[in-house]
Amino acid sequence: MSTLDQATPRSMGTVTPARIAPWVIATVFLLFMPFIFTENSAITIMNQMAITIVFALAYNMLLGQGGMLSFGHAVYMGLGGFMAMHVMNWVEADSLPLPLPLLPLIAGLFGMGFALIIGAFSTRKAGTVFAMISLGVGELIAACSIIIVAFFGGEEGISGDRTYGLPVLGYEFIQQIEVYYLTVFWLILSALAMYLFSRTPVGRMANAVRDNPERAEFLGYSARWVRFYSFIFSGFFAGVAGGLFAINFEILTEENLNLVTSGTILLVTFLGGVGFFFGPIIGAIAFTLLQTVLSLETELWALYVGSLFLLTVMFFPGGLAGLLAMHVPAGNMGNLGKLVVPYIKTLVPGAIGVLGLAGLVEVLFHARHSSVGDDEMTLFWTTFSHGDILPWVVFIGAMLGGFYVARLMAPEMKAAWDEANTPPGAAS
Amino acid sequence: MTAALDISGLRKSFGKTEIIRGVDLSIGKGEIHAVIGPNGAGKSTLFNLITGRFPKSEGSIKLHGQDLDGLAPYEINRLGLSRSFQITNIFPNMTVFENVRCSLLWSMGYKYSFWNMVSRSRALTEGADAILEQINLTARRDLPAGVLSYAEQRALEIGITIAGGADVIMLDEPTAGMSHSETDYIIDLIRTVMKGKTLVMVEHDMGVVFGLADQISVLVYGEIIATGQPEAVRGDPKVQEAYLGAALEAEH
Repeated sequence: MSTLDQATPRSMGTVTPARIAPWVIATVFLLFMPFIFTENSAITIMNQMAITIVFALAYNMLLGQGGMLSFGHAVYMGLGGFMAMHVMNWVEADSLPLPLPLLPLIAGLFGMGFALIIGAFSTRKAGTVFAMISLGVGELIAACSIIIVAFFGGEEGISGDRTYGLPVLGYEFIQQIEVYYLTVFWLILSALAMYLFSRTPVGRMANAVRDNPERAEFLGYSARWVRFYSFIFSGFFAGVAGGLFAINFEILTEENLNLVTSGTILLVTFLGGVGFFFGPIIGAIAFTLLQTVLSLETELWALYVGSLFLLTVMFFPGGLAGLLAMHVPAGNMGNLGKLVVPYIKTLVPGAIGVLGLAGLVEVLFHARHSSVGDDEMTLFWTTFSHGDILPWVVFIGAMLGGFYVARLMAPEMKAAWDEANTPPGAAS
Repeated sequence: MTAALDISGLRKSFGKTEIIRGVDLSIGKGEIHAVIGPNGAGKSTLFNLITGRFPKSEGSIKLHGQDLDGLAPYEINRLGLSRSFQITNIFPNMTVFENVRCSLLWSMGYKYSFWNMVSRSRALTEGADAILEQINLTARRDLPAGVLSYAEQRALEIGITIAGGADVIMLDEPTAGMSHSETDYIIDLIRTVMKGKTLVMVEHDMGVVFGLADQISVLVYGEIIATGQPEAVRGDPKVQEAYLGAALEAEH
């Protein structure tokens, strides 16, 4: 499934440079990120990204690897997080000798324990039955969070202070950057563990059961047990993500386990691409960027994310990772260069068209919803009044012009694409 | 000597309709046994009952003397019975190699292991490659199984079926929908890979049946009307009347 194997299909599982290169590069990259983005706000975004990556990878153990569509996976992350929060408070109250970096492990085990209970009956069937049970359990736990106040803290949730734990090598995790490295440590560990899981017998059979559960049964494997194993491991890593969330934000509320969060992680994973191990990673990065950066710019960010999701599902079911993987054959033939110019010619006008459309939506939104007399708005670093005719003309012009040119250029891009994917010597 | 497969008094009803109406059948070790009969006679249902895909209504099925009552398909498979399907049933999104490797996992004792790396096991890789060699698909090793030609997919399914080392193999119409040359290819394949195993097959192609089988059973409307060696079955007047006359005529 993953491109990591396609690179070295015949090697006997030995650790080759080609195989560990992505991991080494990713690790180095993560270690140096804080030197590039030094502000605290950037580090907070990166922490959030890392947590979402762990959660999305855990989710994809179900969806992509095991063929189980869950609408309630936030439950396992949320429960892990709540448990971590309680443990953090016990450490503070009773001076438990527990170093903070171990908290995600406890959260993971708690998530796994709950997955063990739910998975015992929910993994009997995949498909609609599984999806409905996950939805029901999600709703149930979200309801419990208001009822069982002792554990969930009611509406205000549970909060704590991470700095009371045992210092580790002199670090007390007061600063954001210390938390970043702790999060990155767990991110790499979890991602590696989940990748390796997919290479084990039960991980391979998860793929087999996803593709054809009946055939797997006639090969000696109970589809239910295979799903169950994927489910509890997914629950574990979702719990780890919850523990990291607790450490980072020091508060958990009902929002962490409700259906909105569950839906979001489905969106993130699908956006990135469920068919590839690294898909959810891309999805988590893209989504967190949109969520944090775009939400600073516009109230309508969710509209744009929703549209992006819709377009992905309709036109690129392989997600962003699938979009990248589409270019592998052309890349192997050394033809990627041929695509650059046609891409620029089509996609830049296309982007201008999209920005024009977005601008139009924003101006319209402002004109309809701002309070009376407040007609000033700032968009694309320009301040203007939504009463003026000029912004409307500019945005409509950009939209129509951009889409028109993109449409004009599209056949050229298509031709270039076909050419780049034609093996040398084949009749065209 | 206990029979490889011993079926007695087997019945199956779907609602009020009785599809299998008291089948008794004993298949010896190492025998190639063909089940023939007109469409709708219940051949595939018989297969599904034996392999645990459907629960039976009455009767008993014994594999090497062990009663299979109430066992799930995966449990029956672990006892050494493996089957193929009338409609090709493989893992289309996985590579050909991966298809075969997955079918080796249980028999090589990996069970639900999450502490072994499949690619680190030399036995697993070599075992899967040996099967690919046997079914002539080595050249297709790294392609997704779904892109293979129909005949290749059928060959792969036979590979998956035998890979786990089961000693009783059940093939449901292995040559269905194939051209003459493809049929010859699959029959040669079956001949080589089934050496020493017990083979039960449903087949419509009478050339294949009479060329391959040691024993033939004729199933008509859920009952076995004749069992025996090919020549005896061919000469049986009941069989002539119920099925074979028409089927053989259709061949010519």
